[in-house]
Amino acid sequence: MAASKTVGDVLRAHGVSRRGFMKFCAATASMMALPPSMVSTVAAAIENARRPSVIWLPFQECTGCTEAITRSHTPTLEGLIFDSISLDYHHTLMAASGQRAEDAMMQAMEENYGNYLLLVDGSIPTEEFESHSCTNGHTHLSMLKDAATGAAAIVSVGTCAAYGGIPKANPNPTKARSVQDLITDKPIINVPGCPPVPTVLTGVLAHYLVFGTIPELDPYGRPMAFFGQNIHDRCYRRPFYERGQFAETFDDEGAKKGYCLYKLGCKGPITYNACATVRWNEGTSWPVQSGHGCLGCSEPDFWDKGSFYRPLSAAYWGDARTVGIGAAAGAAAGLAAAALARGKQKKAQQEEKA
Amino acid sequence: MSGLSGIGVKVESGAAAPDEIYANTLPLLHEIRHALARLVESGEPTVIDIQSIPMGPGDMNRLMDALGEGEVRAEFEALGKTVIRESRYGGVWIIEHLNGSGGVAGRFIEITWVPSLLQAQREDVEAGLEALADALAAAGN
Ligand code: SF4
Repeated sequence: MAASKTVGDVLRAHGVSRRGFMKFCAATASMMALPPSMVSTVAAAIENARRPSVIWLPFQECTGCTEAITRSHTPTLEGLIFDSISLDYHHTLMAASGQRAEDAMMQAMEENYGNYLLLVDGSIPTEEFESHSCTNGHTHLSMLKDAATGAAAIVSVGTCAAYGGIPKANPNPTKARSVQDLITDKPIINVPGCPPVPTVLTGVLAHYLVFGTIPELDPYGRPMAFFGQNIHDRCYRRPFYERGQFAETFDDEGAKKGYCLYKLGCKGPITYNACATVRWNEGTSWPVQSGHGCLGCSEPDFWDKGSFYRPLSAAYWGDARTVGIGAAAGAAAGLAAAALARGKQKKAQQEEKA
Repeated sequence: MSGLSGIGVKVESGAAAPDEIYANTLPLLHEIRHALARLVESGEPTVIDIQSIPMGPGDMNRLMDALGEGEVRAEFEALGKTVIRESRYGGVWIIEHLNGSGGVAGRFIEITWVPSLLQAQREDVEAGLEALADALAAAGN
């Protein structure tokens, strides 16, 4: 099957010259957040990498993750990364449907038992709600457990698969759980985001393709290369934060001058993701650059952390007008500020619940 | 209609942010200066992946304006267009990889004598040799 071809074979089949291949490797290394000095290592590894079989199971989700990833511009380097894997099952994308699609999945799972990469988007309803999300008569809980058994590793695509996301938000009407809540005996890479940055997912796939291993993960199971840095620490508006210059409303003078959005509820200080550098839509922009604070969508339970428009410190200090003081106190050290904000966020959550 | 260029965008806030506020251009220019000094002293090249650096609106343009245009400019087509151009500072090259729809897929500053992608690649030369020999043989020469 196609999975036996090397990535080099696939690129040559696309008529890619060596120069094009080196360009592909430079962009892939950049995508994997590797330094440019690693390009030759990446080239040597990609040349001979076998195409891994990938099974993608969409569960309780909105298809936004699939949309984000497949709607990126074509033809692209990301597209070539996708061509470099053997995507054997994805019920939204594949031509086959119904029983034929299920048969294709079973065949791919049997042929690549123990070696395929399982991608999941969406959370999984459990207990008395297990049957609320099914494909072809199988509950998603049973499908996940079956598919996980033969997987080499699992990638949870999007916040729903990684942490339960919106379906799990209070009051969690389907008792939705994340993949890592339910599968504990397989390596799991969380690629959260609502949706995740497409380049981050392809970067993770590229890493697996190139090194055959899973990347280094943070305590939330996210690849350090993309989630190791705080949005706030990489934000181009940070100098305003440091100077205590904040937009007070979305259309005031401060907003027009591009001031920091902390007082308008920006969750950048407690959020780890690659938006600030990788950006969206062909690197055009990202939420903060568009004038809206970060929602913190790559963090567990982001939907239950209070209003998107309430400043991080407001719940703690009780008054948005004192935010400047909270922000200035935290400004001394980025990570300390993030830790402080995380504490505040927890407290805000407890208050919200109460 | 394809790509972002096809979407009509109306900019309302108008006024461009003053140069000093995002302040990402100056540190980068200093980094380039250090790399250029290294190239001159020890021949060691440097590659900077500028896509991975936080940039505010207009920062990239300010950086490009500061680097300016030099004497050399080359393009090649492989997985979309790539533009390689020397800046006004000899040895400082700007390399932009575009994808099929014209979006930037990668942007690097290379501080080196000649960017490696400008040179013919051994594998392509070997394939070219074979193709030329075949063409001559097919023509009975
Ligand atoms: S609070 Fe938000 S807008 Fe302000 S510097 Fe941090 S991430 Fe940027």
